[in-house]
This record gives sequence, structure tokens and C-alpha cells, in this order.
Amino acid sequence: MKRNGYFLKITAGLGFLFLYAPIIALIVYSFNRSKLVTVWGGWSLKWYSELFKNAQIIDAAMLSLKIALISATVAVVLGTMAGMALSRFGAFRGRMWMSGFITAPLVMPEVITGLSLLLLFVALEATFGWPAGRGSTTIIIAHSTFCMAYVAVIVQSRLSSMDETLEEAAMDLGAKPSSLFFLVTLPLITPALISGWLLSFTLSLDDLVIASFVSGPGNSTLPMVIFSKVRLGVTPEVNALATIMIAIVALGVVVAMLQLRRKDRISS
Amino acid sequence: MTDLTHPRLPDTDKDSPGWLQRKLQPLTKTRWGRFAVVALPLLWLAIFFFVPFMVVFKISLAETAIAIPPYTSLLDWDAEEGLLALSLNLGNYLFLLEDSFYIDAWLSSIKIAGISTFFTLLVAFPIAWLIARSHGSRRGLLLALVILPFWTSFLLRVYAWMGFLKKNGIVNEFLLSIGVIDQPLIMLQTDFAVYLGIVYTYLPFMVLPLYTALEKLDMTLFEAAEDLGCRPIQSFFLITLPLAIPGIVAGCVLVFIPAVGEFVIPSLLGGSDTLMIGRVLWDEFFLNRDWPMASAVAIVMLIVIVLPVMFIRNGKNNGEGAS
Repeated sequence: MKRNGYFLKITAGLGFLFLYAPIIALIVYSFNRSKLVTVWGGWSLKWYSELFKNAQIIDAAMLSLKIALISATVAVVLGTMAGMALSRFGAFRGRMWMSGFITAPLVMPEVITGLSLLLLFVALEATFGWPAGRGSTTIIIAHSTFCMAYVAVIVQSRLSSMDETLEEAAMDLGAKPSSLFFLVTLPLITPALISGWLLSFTLSLDDLVIASFVSGPGNSTLPMVIFSKVRLGVTPEVNALATIMIAIVALGVVVAMLQLRRKDRISS
Repeated sequence: MTDLTHPRLPDTDKDSPGWLQRKLQPLTKTRWGRFAVVALPLLWLAIFFFVPFMVVFKISLAETAIAIPPYTSLLDWDAEEGLLALSLNLGNYLFLLEDSFYIDAWLSSIKIAGISTFFTLLVAFPIAWLIARSHGSRRGLLLALVILPFWTSFLLRVYAWMGFLKKNGIVNEFLLSIGVIDQPLIMLQTDFAVYLGIVYTYLPFMVLPLYTALEKLDMTLFEAAEDLGCRPIQSFFLITLPLAIPGIVAGCVLVFIPAVGEFVIPSLLGGSDTLMIGRVLWDEFFLNRDWPMASAVAIVMLIVIVLPVMFIRNGKNNGEGAS
């Protein structure tokens, strides 16, 4: 049993090393003064200042943040409705369609989603004159659509794991369905909404393929700019950008974990 | 199990979801509110998810043309003859079958996804097993370490491997300095790099379902097996592996399906000869500007990858609902 234990620890340890080595190397080399990956030119913040001087990257980052904020919010509103309907409304007309529409985007290859939405937008523009051209609006529609599927799944599983007695009690005390939702159900599913929003925000911020299809000229999102730079090889500015993004995510996760731990301590 | 001889009365069955709303329906006049909650997301998904596939299917039957948009319309109104002509072009689909390029791309996608899925399983298993056997805050920490990279940018994680694998990259420099090799290895822009990239980016999707399956294992089984003289290696193959099968299947599906349609990994880490169907669709659209052909590739992908998964999921959900 002991030997088995060592074997397990070593192989799992190698697995974690595999998971983190490229990220750590990327962070270390973002502080490298030299442009060459192989040459260590000493510690420097040179690439960070280059990054902030690069207007193309900054503009793309701002556009991506704007798109991610709006798409995540739309996705949470629509996804919560869909999740509520699927878990609390029992059998309704269109239920089969809705549950199909909710699970399909999760297994759909991105190239297909991107292509089909672009062809839809082109056809709509030719027929109705809307949307006029492609840009941030079409990217927001595309991102909201695939993110709402994730939100709906999260909300649905949260609602079905929650027992209905609180809602039942509110109903018995004469709460109207709207106040029932806003005063009882909504506070109970808030954690699911927060994680759904965060997931949508990250997915939108990270999406390259769908945005490449549905964006127009002059509307490059951050992943599109990174992809076009990276295709030509490793660039130190992208290392600096990656480090900043990883730092933000790591900080967010640590704060969330501490928050959860504090909650556990209070409740126990 | 559902008792077929005594059908449940929907209005008294408190176990079925939504009984409350049904019960209250006659009392409150909120049918409109309820209607909106269903109709709004359904309408949105119908317009922006379902209709697009109809459009793709329509365009896959058109011919490419030098026009804006670059395809012919299926319906033609002949003003002189007063005839409405419908022209369907199956040529795109026939071409997909005839040209060995597309068949090769499919076979190569399936091969690359299959091999990568196998290696993902190999790397994920010890991690999942270690997490399942740890306790308390240590378990939470290890789980967080697996999930954390998932929250960082996918594109940047693939990019990180470029710096690792390139000719004067970190791996080559390290191997040269310890004298294992005397020539730098060509690793970037090969199928090997694509396997690595897929294993790396999809690892959490394999670890989590495996962990869920392994966590439920009863540790007393191992004690019993050991008492009866079972060696660790035997108990792994006789106990752990069979009981982990649901997790293995779920993880493999979660890795294999998106890997087949992958675009970013083969185009950044793979060589120009790394054929994958997602990349073929992209090139058909962006490089050749052949929209009808790209649509035909998408429709075939939909039929081959997405529909089987939807059927499996649907069947599974129905099965769970009945039991």
C-alpha cells in the first residue's frame, strides 16, 4: 500500500507539473529584458510598458470587456428564464425544443456556431436590412446565445437540487408569483447566477472562433488580435498580457475561496 | 420505477417539478408572465440558434458565385417565361464524398482526437485518484488547482506551449544542456504538439468526471481485497477501474467531441499538414471564400458529431426520468 501511495503521488505530481509548467514559464519570461526566449537578459518591466503603449491591444481589450459585460448580463437574464421554465414549469408546450436548444450549444463545435450565425446575419441583412453590417452588436448576440445555454444548465441544476418547501411556504402565505420569484427564489439561486455570469464573462472574453466569423472589419476583439500576433511566433508583449490576465483570474479565485471558507466557518 | 398500473395524477404528485405552479394557476392570473418566461428564451434560441442551421443547410445546396453574398439563390424568378425555378445543387455533398481530401481530414481528426483522449485519460487518472483519496481542505485545494487553469484564457494556454516547444524553446534548451540530445528536436508544428495541446487544455474535463466517480468508491472494498491477499495492482484492475467506468466514459466524451472539431490547437501548434475538419471548414470559408462548401462541411459535421451526442444525452435523460 505504501509503494502504491508513492507511485500515485509521483504520477499525480507530474500531472500538476504538466498543468503549471507552461504557465509559470510564460510568467517568468514576461519579465525578461531580452526579446529572445532562450536568452535571459535580467528582470525588466519593459514588455509591460510596451503593452500599454500598444493602442491596438488596448482598444481590442476595451472592446472585448464591453462585449463580455453585456453578453454575460443578457445571458444571465435569458438563461435564468430558461432554467426556471425547465425546472419549475413541469410540462409546457415547447419544453422538448427548449431542452434541446439548451444542450446543443454545449456540444456544438465553435466553427459551426460561428459559420451559422454569420450566414444568418448576412441573410437577415439582405432581407430586412438588419443588422446593418457586422460588429460588436452581432458578436454580443452570438456570445449571449451560447452563454445562455451554460447559465440555463447551472440555474436548472441549482433549482432542481433545491427543495421547493420555501417557495411552497411563500405561496401558502399568499405571495404573488412575481414577488415569490424576486423575494424567495432569486436570493436562493444568487450563487448560481454569479457563477453563471462569471463563466459567461470568461467564455465571451476568451472566444476567438465565433467572434472571428461574426465580427466586421475594424472590430477585432482581444483574442483575435492575440491570435494574429501569435500566429507569427512568440511575442514578449503577449507574455506580459497573459501574465496580467492570469494574475486577475488567480486573485479572483483566491478571493472567492476565502469568501467560501468564511461562510463555512460562520455556518458551522 | 414508474408504476404503470397506477398512473400518477399530475396535480397531486408533489415530486414532479412545477406542481406548485400548476396548482396555483387557477388562483392567479399570471399566465402572461409565465408565457413570457418560456417564450422569450425560446424565441431567442429559435432565431439565433435553430434558424441559422436552416440557413446553413439552404446555402449548402447553393453554388458559389462571384457576388455579395458569394452564393447563388435557390429560387430563381424567370420574368420572360413567368416561371419560378428551384435549383438544388447536391454537388457540394458529392464533392465531399469524391475528394479524398475531406475523407482524410475526417479520419485524421478522429485519429488525433482519439489518441489525445487516451493520453488525457492516462494523465488525468492519477490526479483524480489522488484528489478522491485526500480529505478536507487539501482536497479543496487540489480541486481548485485543477480548475484554476480552466478560468484562464484557452488561447493563452495554447500559446504558452509555443514558447515551450519551439526550436530554441525551453524544452530543447534544457535537453541540449543536459546532453540528452545534440540537435534541437522539431516539436512545434507537428502532430505531437497537437496531441500535447489537446491533452493540456482538456485535462480538467477529464479529471472532474473521473473524480466524481472515484470519490464514491467505498474504501473498505480495498481493505477487504487486501485482507484476502489481493495485491495493489490487482485491486486497481479488479476494483478501481470497473467502478470508474461511468467517469471514464463521461470524461472521454467531454474531451473527444470538442477535440474532433478543434480549430485553435491545430492551427497554432500543428504543421501545415495537420489536417483537422474544423480547420478545413475555416480555410474553406476564410481562404477559399467558398461559402456553400463550408456550409456542406458544417452540415456533415453536425450529422456526424452533434446528433449522436444529442441522442445519447436525450436517451440518458429519459432513462433517468423513468427510474
